[in-house]
Amino acid sequence: MSHDTTRDNKLFTPFNVITGIIILVGLVLTVLRFTKGLGAVTNLDDNNPWGLWIGFDLLCGVALAAGGYVTSAACYIFGLKRYHSAVRPAILTAFLGYALVVFALNYDVGRPLRLPYPIFLSPGTTSLLYEVGLCVFLYLMVLFIEYSPAALEWLGLSKIRNIIVRLTLVLTIFGVVLSTLHQSSLGALFMIAPSKLHPLWYSGYLPVYFFISSIFAGMSMVIFEGSLAHRYLHHKMDETHLKESEGVALGFAKAAAFVMMGYVGIKVIGLAIDNNWHYLATGWGAWFLVELIGFVALPALAYALAARERNLRLARWAAAWSVLGLVLNRLNISLVAFNWHLPSAQRYFPSWMEIAISVFIVTVGIVVYRFIATHMPILYEHPDYRTDH
Amino acid sequence: MGVTRRKFLGWVGAAAGTIVMKGKNASAATNKHFEGYPGSFGVLHDTTRCIGCRKCEQACNVVNELPAPDKAFDDLAVLEEKRRTSGDTYTVVNRFEQDQGRLPTFVKTQCNHCLEPACASVCFVKAFSKDKTGAVTYDASLCVGCRYCMVACPFNIPAYEYDEAFTPRVMKCTLCKPRIEKGQLPGCVESCPKEALTFGPRTQLIKEARRRIDRFPDRYVDHVYGETEMGGTSWLYLSGQPFGEIGMREDLGITPAPSLTAGPLAAVPIVVGLWPVLLTGIWAISRRKDQLADQERIAAVAATTADANEEMQVKLAELKDKMSKEKEAAINLEVKKALEEAAKQAEAENEDAVDTPKEEK
Amino acid sequence: MESVFYTLQDFMLHSKNITYIVMGIVLIALPLFWRFLSGRDEKKRTY
Repeated sequence: MSHDTTRDNKLFTPFNVITGIIILVGLVLTVLRFTKGLGAVTNLDDNNPWGLWIGFDLLCGVALAAGGYVTSAACYIFGLKRYHSAVRPAILTAFLGYALVVFALNYDVGRPLRLPYPIFLSPGTTSLLYEVGLCVFLYLMVLFIEYSPAALEWLGLSKIRNIIVRLTLVLTIFGVVLSTLHQSSLGALFMIAPSKLHPLWYSGYLPVYFFISSIFAGMSMVIFEGSLAHRYLHHKMDETHLKESEGVALGFAKAAAFVMMGYVGIKVIGLAIDNNWHYLATGWGAWFLVELIGFVALPALAYALAARERNLRLARWAAAWSVLGLVLNRLNISLVAFNWHLPSAQRYFPSWMEIAISVFIVTVGIVVYRFIATHMPILYEHPDYRTDH
Repeated sequence: MGVTRRKFLGWVGAAAGTIVMKGKNASAATNKHFEGYPGSFGVLHDTTRCIGCRKCEQACNVVNELPAPDKAFDDLAVLEEKRRTSGDTYTVVNRFEQDQGRLPTFVKTQCNHCLEPACASVCFVKAFSKDKTGAVTYDASLCVGCRYCMVACPFNIPAYEYDEAFTPRVMKCTLCKPRIEKGQLPGCVESCPKEALTFGPRTQLIKEARRRIDRFPDRYVDHVYGETEMGGTSWLYLSGQPFGEIGMREDLGITPAPSLTAGPLAAVPIVVGLWPVLLTGIWAISRRKDQLADQERIAAVAATTADANEEMQVKLAELKDKMSKEKEAAINLEVKKALEEAAKQAEAENEDAVDTPKEEK
Repeated sequence: MESVFYTLQDFMLHSKNITYIVMGIVLIALPLFWRFLSGRDEKKRTY
């Protein structure tokens, strides 16, 4: 075997080839988007101003990045030290998740260079979108600071690193405050349009639904990503991480099961409060039940069984299932049940280019995550900074 | 050309409005009931008078310098399809067929310039604003292009320049604010040949609408659309058939748009005020519990050590006791033995002495 | 800052502006007060 062939093999791994193609296509589409406008790349129109990039990249992205605040709250506020090894991966996911949400937003808004306007120039304080924007902006900074010790350890800058680590509790509390606000406000955005959202999904409780679902969505992502990391990044995990990981997964499985059942309860309460039972007998009602029973109640039961029997594999399946359920819920509210009045000819479906750009954005996230997790102390503790807890 | 009633109303309205606005005084008020800017203007659209000539669309296009459309404004075949406002069209006229033998109804659609606009409520850069003239204005120099206004508008009016790559704008009717500030009529109102559009102060227009309904109850449905819908709009409509049949939603309710999100908005500062207290409290309690658990653990270890020590001491003492007792017993035994020995000796010597007394003489 | 509010929108814009500023003050004042509150506690040992 010549020296050259082994070098080629290292560069053209399946992972690199696939992500490379996706990123290349994404870059081409990016140029198209910014030279020809939204109309050239998306299927958005005057009746459907928000599409896949809002429904998936923004709404799902923010909800699935919730593992950061949930895990750090569990460890630092509730004092559950056995989740400590899960904090850094969760914070990294959250940081990259929010960074990608902001990245995706630059594609979706018409004048991305003006994104600082609502915060620094002309705050529209009556708007819940202002509140979302402000909180996401602040929280992205909090997440960056929370993530930075890993990078600083990698760079050997211990003095700054130690200062930042002392801020952990304050940052965690601030993070929970900000997360509560923007997770719920994303739901509240839709309260302005009762005439456009189907009654089974429109509710005065939308902010509560979004906040509570972000909790078990975050936990599910921690479990799900943990299972991926175990498969592909096992060699990077230290003893503590490996020892704690089953406890993290099963602990979150138990917690998620409970929260999800509580969520089912408040959804039913929402039906009762608005007296919307009769809608359940319609086609929309069937779809609503598919979402609530098939993608919340059932995975919650799977989680419960997994927790009772200490079945890690079942917990991981339930996690993937729950993540799908969250995506279904957000897409239902923003794309499916939204504009339900409109005739089907006027309904929206994303163009292949919109889908491709969303895939591109997620791929960028995975590639960056992989780089950071393999080079910086995320899945292991840096030998110079062993924490005593 | 004589002064038409429409024009006269328009002039009176403009004059009255200006006077009222100039005389506005700023009295202190923390009022919770809002009635809109006094003297603000509106337009009454009597759909029973509209003939669908589309002259209003043309006038709007000219006044606002919008691009020329694909089909000319006198092409009435356009009315076969239902249209909505778009990136280059602030207003459209649609035709709604009626039952056999009756003429179709024509309805002009454009921004309704709501008293409490949903677009202004949701715009996170304050690009929309309700003006004292009644116009809901749009500031393209602030707009970020998030299109939340398009989501929020219950009438689906704002349109977007999706094909503009660099400077896309939201597009909607302006109520010809520059014109009405100069005392002119909006372009569409001025061009209507059938007085289907009447401009004037909103309060006057409602009275006029009611008058028409009272005088011709068979001609009109007994409802002024826009009087209360979404908290009231500046464009008011009269119709000869139910509004639902002419493409206007009757299920919008009377709640003004800002009220729809007032609840969540009010919850935001409460979270900011209480969550830090709650979370710090949980952390402090959790830490205290851990500290107490640690202390108990240390105390328990110390106690067991102390207990063990005590036990040791007792055992030691017992051992010592036992040892000294044994020692004593051993000594006693030896003493006893010795005494017994001595006694035996003495006895033996005695016997000897008894046995050999003659030898001593 | 007394003025008549003609629309609910105007009122809410005004009240929310003030509310956001108050939120900022609260977020700064609370941690400071916490530090004052815990000022005389035993220092946590960090070996």
